Amino acid sequence: MFTWIDTILQGVMLGGLYALFAMGLSLMFGVMRLVNTAHGDFVLLAAFAGFVITDTLHVSPFVAMALVIPLAFGVGYIVQRGVLNYTISKDPLPSLVVTFGMSIVIQNLLLELFSADTRSISAGGIETQSIPLVEGLAVGVLPLMIFLAALAATLGFQWLFGNTSLGRAFRATSDDREAASLMGINNVHIYALATAIAVGVLGVAGVFHGMRTTIAPTDGPAQLIYAFEAVIIGGMGSFWGTFAGGIILGVAQAIGFRVDPGWGILVGHLVFILVLLFKPSGLFPKTR
Amino acid sequence: MAALLQTHNLTAFYGDFQALFGIDFEIATGEIVAIIGANGAGKSTFLKTLTGLIKTQKDAVQLEGDGIGGVPPHDLVARGIAMVPEGRRLFPSLSVEENLTIGAYAKRGGPWTLERVYATFPVLSERRRNPGTALSGGQQQMVAIGRALMANPKLLICDELSLGLAPVVIKEIYEAIPKITAEGITAIIVEQDVAVAKRVSHRLYCFQEGRVSLTGESSKTPMEDISKAYFGI
Repeated sequence: MFTWIDTILQGVMLGGLYALFAMGLSLMFGVMRLVNTAHGDFVLLAAFAGFVITDTLHVSPFVAMALVIPLAFGVGYIVQRGVLNYTISKDPLPSLVVTFGMSIVIQNLLLELFSADTRSISAGGIETQSIPLVEGLAVGVLPLMIFLAALAATLGFQWLFGNTSLGRAFRATSDDREAASLMGINNVHIYALATAIAVGVLGVAGVFHGMRTTIAPTDGPAQLIYAFEAVIIGGMGSFWGTFAGGIILGVAQAIGFRVDPGWGILVGHLVFILVLLFKPSGLFPKTR
Repeated sequence: MAALLQTHNLTAFYGDFQALFGIDFEIATGEIVAIIGANGAGKSTFLKTLTGLIKTQKDAVQLEGDGIGGVPPHDLVARGIAMVPEGRRLFPSLSVEENLTIGAYAKRGGPWTLERVYATFPVLSERRRNPGTALSGGQQQMVAIGRALMANPKLLICDELSLGLAPVVIKEIYEAIPKITAEGITAIIVEQDVAVAKRVSHRLYCFQEGRVSLTGESSKTPMEDISKAYFGI
């Protein structure tokens, strides 16, 4: 009995990481209708940035995270303003092609710099610590931190969208870009801020990812798939939906792993396909 | 009086298609100027050049003597040109109050605040929490007008306020105009209903096939002249 509770608990924690991956994808799609196929590679970019900082400066991964976040934010802003803004139109194809190209560029850049060896960010022991809940049931400190970060990111995004001037500008631009410009909203800047925030969150997600597991330059596309599945399962247009989508995917994978170690990822994909089949709009669709 | 905004020999194109052929136009502070004309006469295109949605030569449009042709729309809002777009174009994912608030995005201070808009259109205050698009057409138009006023513009541009609205609602909206203009506002009003346009404006311009076919003081321009200019006969 406990083993199943344990499985679900670990799944929820894993889902937190997927939710962190997915949050930015959801934001970018929501504001710009742009699917960033390089999203997973930005996760790895952030993870390797965290690796380099901890490896060369010998600082705690959390110090590295504090450095990677503003760096990722800046990269996001520049990428959107310098490249992706020119691909945004009614036609979704140009942005898909360009982000797919960026994905390949980032992977090869990382291969060039770090070779195909796997690495890991040393978390100084917390990756093996756990908090006992009851007899026979414990939760890892690091997974719990990741889960709480995902929760905080969801609350933060929801607050940003619902309660701030920037959030209103995001929603207005998403509704009607031209009308928004007639309100004084500079959509070029607003789009760049959306991507900056989306990639900025990957600063957190990427470093956590590198602490939790090993990383290799070509891992990006797999992370993109998980993020994408979380967004679709949850339903486009709602951050709580994305959060729930991540958790559901995490739990599905954990249950799969419990049944057979070879089935984990597959069960996640199956749940995704079932949602697409029976509720294509996602489980918690909501128009913001 | 010096013109607040003027255009000189203004032309506009959609690709290879020329929509405006040398428009000379001016509006002074405190004036309400109506633009009338049939469908396709170039009224909406003209407004798009004033709000920056269509690029033109820099000096063809001048705001207080500065060339503003080709300046992007969001910068023009900051400089005091606000628009009530044709078809209202409220933001569906924003509530009535958020729609109004976003009108003040450029942070130009001035007399128009949420309270003042609610005082002008009390019905909006009751429905402030509703999505903007859940309102009736007339109420949506009030939101669109309020949203533009929230920018505290030097020049308010209204495109087809009466489009798609019942006559009784049109009457209600135009009855609010004196409340808005009481303290002096400069406005360009595009209107298909010539009688309404004549009544609310000081001067009018009639457009026909991308050119100004008639201009004059609204109260002194006979209907026969307008009909001729309107249809080009």
